[in-house]
Amino acid sequence: MNKKDVIICRCEDVTLQDLYDLMEKGYTDFEELKRLLRVGMGPCQGNTCGQLVQRELSKFLNKRLEDIPTARIRPVTTGVKIGAIVEETKHES
Amino acid sequence: MKANYVIVGAGISGTSIAFHLAQKGVKDIVVIEKSYLTSGATGRCGAGIRQQWGTVMNCKLAKASIEFFEKAKEILKYPGDIEFKQEGYLIVAVNDEEDRQFAENVKLQNRLGIPSRKVTRAEAKQIVPHLNTDAIKSATFCPTDGHLNPFKMNDAFYQAAKNLGVQFLFHEEVKEIVVKDHKIEQVITDKRTIETKNVINAAGGFSKEVGLMAGIDIPVYPENHEILVTEPVEKIQGPMVMSFAKNLYCQQVPNGNFLMGRSNPDAVPSHSIESSWKFLDEMAKTVTEFLPVISKLRILRQWAGSYNMSPDRQPIIGDVKELPGFYLACGFSGHGFMFSPMTGLLLSEIILGQKPTIDIADLNISRFKEAKTIAYEKSVV
Repeated sequence: MNKKDVIICRCEDVTLQDLYDLMEKGYTDFEELKRLLRVGMGPCQGNTCGQLVQRELSKFLNKRLEDIPTARIRPVTTGVKIGAIVEETKHES
Repeated sequence: MKANYVIVGAGISGTSIAFHLAQKGVKDIVVIEKSYLTSGATGRCGAGIRQQWGTVMNCKLAKASIEFFEKAKEILKYPGDIEFKQEGYLIVAVNDEEDRQFAENVKLQNRLGIPSRKVTRAEAKQIVPHLNTDAIKSATFCPTDGHLNPFKMNDAFYQAAKNLGVQFLFHEEVKEIVVKDHKIEQVITDKRTIETKNVINAAGGFSKEVGLMAGIDIPVYPENHEILVTEPVEKIQGPMVMSFAKNLYCQQVPNGNFLMGRSNPDAVPSHSIESSWKFLDEMAKTVTEFLPVISKLRILRQWAGSYNMSPDRQPIIGDVKELPGFYLACGFSGHGFMFSPMTGLLLSEIILGQKPTIDIADLNISRFKEAKTIAYEKSVV
């Protein structure tokens, strides 16, 4: 299948080809790929693309999957409205 | 292994210094980075670029850096987009003291050729229509300030430096700097020993530790600063909105997300880059006061990074009298990203014994020992 037609990150519209272009240039750290391609920076927080990128890195580097660290998981777990946080602060003593 | 120059840190200061040295024909430059590219403060910053400062030195560095950024894509021959957008910074004054101080700042900035101006509440409303002008007294605006993508900009310096022959060692940590008779002899990492006479400390939050390895006590400390990003939405805000008194910066980046941060007044020196729920509370309240419509947006992520704080909130750039061959680019106090072109250019000139394009003798570490009166930068979030 054409790598241009395979979407790796739905949130940020990143294709498998985009991923390969960077891996071939030597960017083989998940965190680097995240910063340059925005994979994992969308609303899903990397829950969809994380494992896909990990698997592609594993194949590309010929390393075991468990030896490929994923990007650091950052709070918040799911999208929270700023206004909702402001409301909650009013009920704190 | 041998090297002419060893640069510690592949953040924006390190890559810019590497590029500028290599561009001047220097060979055998090695950059050592303990993690991945842009893993430190550069990749965690608020992506803002401004010239509205309160000290002469900061104004000069910022203005010349913006002039570099305007041509950076061509100078560095970067194939990607560095997302440089000049839609200004709107800095709001919330009380009489700030109103007076900002009028002084604008005078200084204009004298140095920076096109900032004082604006009324009504004008501020035109510049950022969703700004709650009841919360402000006046503002200053500089249309050529703006946004730049830190990941892309650092990648651009990195690629340009690499193309000029600079060697980068990632996931490798400097453990020791061997000094004998006031001369640098070796840099020892967790993987190898490098024979060198010259070391450049661009280690950001860890520059104090790197200084101590060479026996130089740099009066800086790391401080945790938090930031968050919202979901992307259609463009509604061009400029960065900033308040020093209310402790806020907030901009919409080209991708559509809003990036915002504030400092923690109770922060103690530490290498922590942890996130806190308290920041979420305070950030949410502050941004809702100034930019009420933003409260409808969802927060996607929060993170933190280290400011490397100096005593006067101005950078330390230059050589070190006590140790020839040791050079510093640290203490940026949260603004190393936007000054990076000048950091690289000016330090490379100092290293090679050339006359610096901007006289930065006042930024030498010796200023703290000589106890001369130096300007303190108040315009910091």
